[in-house]
Amino acid sequence: MDSLLDAIRDEGFARLVGPVTRDGSIVYREIASAADLPRGVRDRQAPGTYRLESQDDGVRSFSWANGAQALKPMTFAPREALWRCERDESGTLSFRDVAREHEPTAVIGVRACDLAGLQIHEQHFLKSPYTDPHYAERRSSLFLVAVHCSHPADTCFCASTGDGPRAESGYDLALSELDEGFVVSAGSDRGRAVLASMELDPASSPQQDSAEREIEAAASAQGRSLPSRDLKDALYARLEHPHWDHVGRRCLSCGNCTAVCPTCFCHAEQDEPALTGETSEHLRQWDSCFTAVHSYMGHFLVREETRLRYRQWLTHKLASWHEQYGRSGCVGCGRCIAWCPVGIDITAEVAALMEAGDAQS
Amino acid sequence: MHNPDRPVEVEVVERVEETPSIYTLHLRFTDPEVASAYRLLPGQYNMLYLYGVGEIPISIVSDPDDEGPLEHTIRSVGRVTEGMERLQVGDRMGLRGPYGRGWPLEEAEGRDVVIVTGGLGCAPVVSMIRYVLGRRERFGRLVILQGVKHTDDLIWRRQYERWQELPNTQVLLAADVGGPNWPFSVGKVTVLFNQANIDPDRSIVMLCGPEVMMKASIDRLLALNVPPESMWLSIERNMQCGIGHCGHCQVGPYFVCQDGPVFHYPALRPWLGVTGF
Repeated sequence: MDSLLDAIRDEGFARLVGPVTRDGSIVYREIASAADLPRGVRDRQAPGTYRLESQDDGVRSFSWANGAQALKPMTFAPREALWRCERDESGTLSFRDVAREHEPTAVIGVRACDLAGLQIHEQHFLKSPYTDPHYAERRSSLFLVAVHCSHPADTCFCASTGDGPRAESGYDLALSELDEGFVVSAGSDRGRAVLASMELDPASSPQQDSAEREIEAAASAQGRSLPSRDLKDALYARLEHPHWDHVGRRCLSCGNCTAVCPTCFCHAEQDEPALTGETSEHLRQWDSCFTAVHSYMGHFLVREETRLRYRQWLTHKLASWHEQYGRSGCVGCGRCIAWCPVGIDITAEVAALMEAGDAQS
Repeated sequence: MHNPDRPVEVEVVERVEETPSIYTLHLRFTDPEVASAYRLLPGQYNMLYLYGVGEIPISIVSDPDDEGPLEHTIRSVGRVTEGMERLQVGDRMGLRGPYGRGWPLEEAEGRDVVIVTGGLGCAPVVSMIRYVLGRRERFGRLVILQGVKHTDDLIWRRQYERWQELPNTQVLLAADVGGPNWPFSVGKVTVLFNQANIDPDRSIVMLCGPEVMMKASIDRLLALNVPPESMWLSIERNMQCGIGHCGHCQVGPYFVCQDGPVFHYPALRPWLGVTGF
């Protein structure tokens, strides 16, 4: 692993970010070597639960599913300046870009679900009529090393959304971790350049077979699922279903699910003027459709009740997303299930909505 | 890479006090190159920026062919609009736009244009009324139905009275609460449909105002046999970016900031009046 990290550094990505354990979770931080990776660490996830367990004899560094966040904060920053306005003594205003420099960074241990989320965000921020330069510059600074999932959590359901556990595209390099090492393949020219610079043994066919078998096993081990990859019509037919009340009574409207979701993109804009009165920064910051102000209209809120906010979130994610981006907005990572403080489970809520047919309240 | 979020500087060249809480700002680009490249359509809006406070979406009242300053009529309701109220001639602010889809100008050509509006002046339709009046020969009859809460809320009253005098034009006004100097109808805007002269086959209808009002008006129009395909409406949502990125303005599958604010009624019908969208 360390020789791979060195080869990536030599390719121009001096800064390495990878999974480490911190505060009882897998988080992505700068790493110096493979020794920083969470060797022997397993994650145990359930609705409202996330726990790490250490196995002293564990030899693998990627025997876990995911942490609360991965790529999203690296490309779509939780808070960043979009521009700055300078005001001189005469009151003249000058609008300036805020300098954006992002050190070339290699991210080690990207999951298939996160690559799927990344592709959705690229569509949202880069392919709409207005390309977002803040996103584009962060994205282009990243070299992505995917690791196919071999240890899904109980909350995972990427096999049913079609987004994992195998990383299919969008990466520079993809790894399968075996007890005796890694099977690596390249997904881009710069990935191929990294591999060409290394002395590698060709993977034997038993090694390739066991890498394949582990991915297949990771798919079949998943107990959760969504009933279809396109729930648009089914959900639109259930906008007045009584189950929205049921989930609305449990939901705390805290926004954890939208913060950990790799596809949620809502953000608020605000100004932060300097006390000197000479300059003001215009910032964007992650927002959530679970906040009251998200639908604030000056004289009323479009979504005052929690059940309406949950319905907005779920119908956007699983229904209207199809019309906007040609696919569902859920990549099956299960984070919203694990990090919900009251354990609301998107797969269970969908099942409950579907169960009662197209009943209207 | 071009930063689509960044405004340009404009100067307040005129400020009109319409009512104690409604004002109109006339804005001029300080960079002539920006001014000459700027093109708008009736029904579109700009994001206006007040230094150190923030941005808000505001409809453009001006005619697209008018090379003068851009007019924005604003009601003080929040932090940004209350701050903008204090701006004086010569003060600078930021502007980016225009954004969104405007009124269906091509579809309206040669037809009777029926405007239904409620609330305070409803700037988005005023731009359309001015557009029709400035190109009168390209349109049929102009019918304006305007409802307000209180008689004092009718800004541009003289303008409406002037429009009433024009040939081929019917202007009907209603206030929820009448008053001694109110010669017009009393009630919701829907009371005006009995007096309106609407030819369902020749008309294109443009609505703007509270959604309850628009929904009630659409029901009346459907009862008059106006086809749904002839109706267009402008709606409002929380908009912070104007470019389809921030996510606040969604109504079902639409981003109102880009897919609207003007919608063809058949496209919006499933979502209109559904609480929470």
